Amino acid sequence: MSVLIFIDQSEGHIKKASLEALSYGTEIAGKSGIAAEGIILGNVSEDIAALGKYGVKKIYHVDNAALNHFDAQVFTNAIAEVVQRSGAKVIVFSNNVDGKSVAPRLSVKLKAGLVSGAVALPDTSNGFIVKKTVFSGKAFANIALNADIKIIALNPNSFSVNTGGEGSAEVVKTDVKVEEAKVKVTSVNKVKGEVPLSEADIVVSGGRGLKGPENWGMIEELAKLLGAATACSRPVADTHWRPHHEHVGQTGLAIAPNLYIAIGISGAIQHLAGVNRSKIIVVINKDPEAPFFKAADYGIVGDAFEVVPRLIEEIKKVKGVA
Amino acid sequence: MKILVCISKAPDTTTKIAFTDNNTKFAADGVQWIINPYDEWYALVRAIELKEKDPSTIIHLVTVGEADAEPVIRKALALGGDEAIRVNAGSGDSYYIASQIAAIAGQGAYDLIFTGKETIDYNGSSIGGMVSELLNLPYVSLAIKFELNGASAVITREIEGGEEVCEVGLPVVVSCQKGMAEARIPNMRGIMAARTKPLKVVEPAAVDSLTSIVSFELPPAKAGVKLVPADNPAELVRLLHEEAKAF
Repeated sequence: MSVLIFIDQSEGHIKKASLEALSYGTEIAGKSGIAAEGIILGNVSEDIAALGKYGVKKIYHVDNAALNHFDAQVFTNAIAEVVQRSGAKVIVFSNNVDGKSVAPRLSVKLKAGLVSGAVALPDTSNGFIVKKTVFSGKAFANIALNADIKIIALNPNSFSVNTGGEGSAEVVKTDVKVEEAKVKVTSVNKVKGEVPLSEADIVVSGGRGLKGPENWGMIEELAKLLGAATACSRPVADTHWRPHHEHVGQTGLAIAPNLYIAIGISGAIQHLAGVNRSKIIVVINKDPEAPFFKAADYGIVGDAFEVVPRLIEEIKKVKGVA
Repeated sequence: MKILVCISKAPDTTTKIAFTDNNTKFAADGVQWIINPYDEWYALVRAIELKEKDPSTIIHLVTVGEADAEPVIRKALALGGDEAIRVNAGSGDSYYIASQIAAIAGQGAYDLIFTGKETIDYNGSSIGGMVSELLNLPYVSLAIKFELNGASAVITREIEGGEEVCEVGLPVVVSCQKGMAEARIPNMRGIMAARTKPLKVVEPAAVDSLTSIVSFELPPAKAGVKLVPADNPAELVRLLHEEAKAF
């Protein structure tokens, strides 16, 4: 019996969301008095044993180049084989792009109960109940997992990374049958040098109040200063002021950063659905009636073109940047 | 080319979310039901665009739900599609629903199965993956572009921090999101035609759910916004830095 945590990598680097999944999975294992184990598929350039600091004791590493690129079907079969060998009863994924793709497949293969979008540790006082977001972040549901094997896909940025573990993890080189992927990836296009929106701690977002794409310079400057990703509202993406992958909201990306700064966005209910899991929301809008202020923690009623440049100067002072 | 598009009904995006029966049921009274936006704007409309390119294409819609799902499936037929199948089943978890869809898909020899990337009510993003595993088919999730190239599909999908292009032989299951197609509204001709399009009702396959909803809860109310005067951004920076410790 163990908790098995899927450690997701991209180009040999372990994703931040997987560190959250590791911390979450090891805490479940600790509470139930069972072992926390990890699984990594593909070649990795980082020190796997060092992941022990997140509390995991043993990591199955299928060091096979055929697994360097994610494929839902191939990964499902590989993970299922390791689940069988490890006797895992709880399997933890991050509910990120790969997790959303592989966890449902694996749940069918193992006839396991699946909860995706989990935001809290399971309540095991009466069964096995996990809280997840529903209605696009407007509510939560408590889901009972009734099957023998349970799969949890943890929402990114909903569980703190815990580095309280001791020592290094035992890395077990593992061979599994790896079939050829039916989906062939022909090109990968990553935005270089920017923080991916889904993994960003801080997000600076602009809306129609900025009047045109030529005014995004201050948004980008503020984002760079804070190490933040940039985002935008739907009308901004629809009019091609900004690329579609920056669109956050009900029909765009749903994000949950620690700090979300909304500039010139009124806060329509559909936009809030994509950002309402942010820990702290700051709204800068010249309209005091903008609905976004009701969902905000901090706000400034003022003209973005006057407020943002001054905000940038003040942050520079605090950060000691000239 | 034969396409199956999975359609779910969902509460309108402006619905006030509330619960009844001691927080165990969604308060559905007076709720305006719509086609789940991802199923409509991206999955269904892309299928219709493919049919416009190649009129020999056949589009079937499938929904799992009781009779109250029929207005939504009729609206989907008004957009396009040749016929609809409603699996006459009440509530179940995503495994139950995916099993019903897979049972329909397994009988239809479909080349493509389209789903939305998730429903806006339960946000499971699981149906596409589950259906593909049940049918032992390849699965491409979070598609933002889709083109046919002979007997294979060229699909652009979202990955963290960018996108990738992949090619896969048919049949394949694809979950669709923004970018796949431009939203459109049904025209009068479509609405009239939808009235006479076949809507088959079939009984569900015997499958047990693997999970169940125990209760719902609403997030705690925000304490209220702390407003800072526009001429004092330094105070906002201080609050974010010292009080919220946000950076």
